[in-house]
Amino acid sequence: MFHEHSLIALRDLLRRREVSSTELTRHCLDRIDGHRDLNAFITIDEAGAMAAATAADEKLARGEHGPLTGVPIAHKDIFCTKGMLTTCGSKMLGNFVSPYDATVVERLADAGSVLVGKTNMDEFAMGSSNETSFFGTVKNPWDRNCVPGGSSGGSAAAVVAGLIPGATGTDTGGSIRQPAAFCGLTGLKPSYGRVSRYGMIAFASSLDQGGPITRSAEDAALMLSCMAGFDPRDSTSMNQPAPDLSSMLNIDLNGLRLGLPKEFFDDSVQGDVLEQVRESLAVFEGLGATLVDVSLPNSAAGIPCYYVIAPAEASSNLSRFDGVRFGHRSQEAGDLLDLYENSRAEGFGEEVKRRILIGTYALSAGYYDAYYLKAQKIRRVIAQDFATAFEHCDVIVGPTSPTTAFPIGEKTKDPVAMYLNDIFTNTVNLAGLPGLSIPSGFDAAGLPVGLQLIGRFMDEASLLGAAHQLQRETDWHQRVPPGF
Amino acid sequence: MSISEKDVLRIAHLARVRVAPDELEHYREGLSGILSLVAQMHECDTEGVEPMAHPQDIQLRLREDEITEADQRTAMQESAPLVEAGLYLVPRVIE
Repeated sequence: MFHEHSLIALRDLLRRREVSSTELTRHCLDRIDGHRDLNAFITIDEAGAMAAATAADEKLARGEHGPLTGVPIAHKDIFCTKGMLTTCGSKMLGNFVSPYDATVVERLADAGSVLVGKTNMDEFAMGSSNETSFFGTVKNPWDRNCVPGGSSGGSAAAVVAGLIPGATGTDTGGSIRQPAAFCGLTGLKPSYGRVSRYGMIAFASSLDQGGPITRSAEDAALMLSCMAGFDPRDSTSMNQPAPDLSSMLNIDLNGLRLGLPKEFFDDSVQGDVLEQVRESLAVFEGLGATLVDVSLPNSAAGIPCYYVIAPAEASSNLSRFDGVRFGHRSQEAGDLLDLYENSRAEGFGEEVKRRILIGTYALSAGYYDAYYLKAQKIRRVIAQDFATAFEHCDVIVGPTSPTTAFPIGEKTKDPVAMYLNDIFTNTVNLAGLPGLSIPSGFDAAGLPVGLQLIGRFMDEASLLGAAHQLQRETDWHQRVPPGF
Repeated sequence: MSISEKDVLRIAHLARVRVAPDELEHYREGLSGILSLVAQMHECDTEGVEPMAHPQDIQLRLREDEITEADQRTAMQESAPLVEAGLYLVPRVIE
């Protein structure tokens, strides 16, 4: 069945004309329709997708093979798509149709992919469980009573359920890697500046990065190569071309030093998560890698630091939603102040408001030094810790998340409990480094465990290469949730 | 670390987000909880450390001061709530 194939395998079947894009896209749309209970999608563009599939088939018939010609994908609903709703999981943008495409959307379209729709997400990317979306919670296909992770929960659920072979996500504190871990997928947060943020609705501008969520390192490498590369329209875009990561996967692990930070392997982590992580480490050793003990002594400071910087930047970025130029406008508006205050109170959900308020507080007069400036200093300390660790190893490894997927509703009462999900992921955003989560077995309840690999700046190749070698020896990345 | 209802209302005004009286305590509690988490920052020694705004300390790119954008007002205003004659309409500001 088509949904059992990897993205690369489907791309090759299309090139060999063993399946048409029309057939494949139809298959995806039917599967999406048959699994609406997952709530993975906010918008499905059937007509547009079938038209794009027809066009792709014409190209394939002429022998015009782009990297992804004819392959159906979906975008997290944070990427602006011209002519199609872009809601960011929020009532604030519930009616917003973007006049332009994000760079990521353009590039994946230029690569030949077929866009089937926009996936569900935590509102404005603020969340670790996909429970804050205005459009409802996404269910984890491994256990519908559990969260898929967040904020890119819709993309993760859709890929692991075999609705589409690949999807985009974004990651500010872990929002690609943690849903990938919770859903048994391969999710990559590239180095800061690797993927253009033009048209990617901003949450925290110094932390946000777009990246692929797929079933394998091979698939992720292909998608990232299409997404990445310098974009003059993004002032923080690194002036580097997209590397051909697909050709860089066959690395020799002999001599590769894997650093194990002791702070990532303590008893704050679910026991069977660590066991499963150690299984992968044993495979890496078998392939010639060396395990090295390292330390990231200030990693715990990453949580309070992140929960000052990210909300502070969000309070600035979300000030554009004022009911004037786009998005929700309140009908209860006597004067301009009412227009702003009511549009924003009505349009934003609770978690978003909470973060805007904390961010505003941290930046306000009298508190800026104690909060925002202090957090920025901790940021440098954390970045320095990574630099020191990388003197002794090439790739840092550990669990992506302290737990596997938790039940829906379990952590929604206490925001701080939810924030602690990010403990191993958000320091990577603070330092701007690349991070990859790959499947590493299952816990006692049958829920996927994620292994995180963290690399030096711009070294996605080592991460994807190591992951690919592991995936040649193991099959966790090929497992499908029961019933799918 | 606790903040007062007065603080919440002050911040809400700065953020231009209305917090209703019956929500005030809920947000006060939530924000206090986050501030208690954030207070842990003081356990990290940052003596002599410079703040870091960009993850790789990179300076913003500059370009030539030339006009490169075209007028796309019509396209941009298609998603606006209320426009007239190319202007965004809002409640009266000046009496």
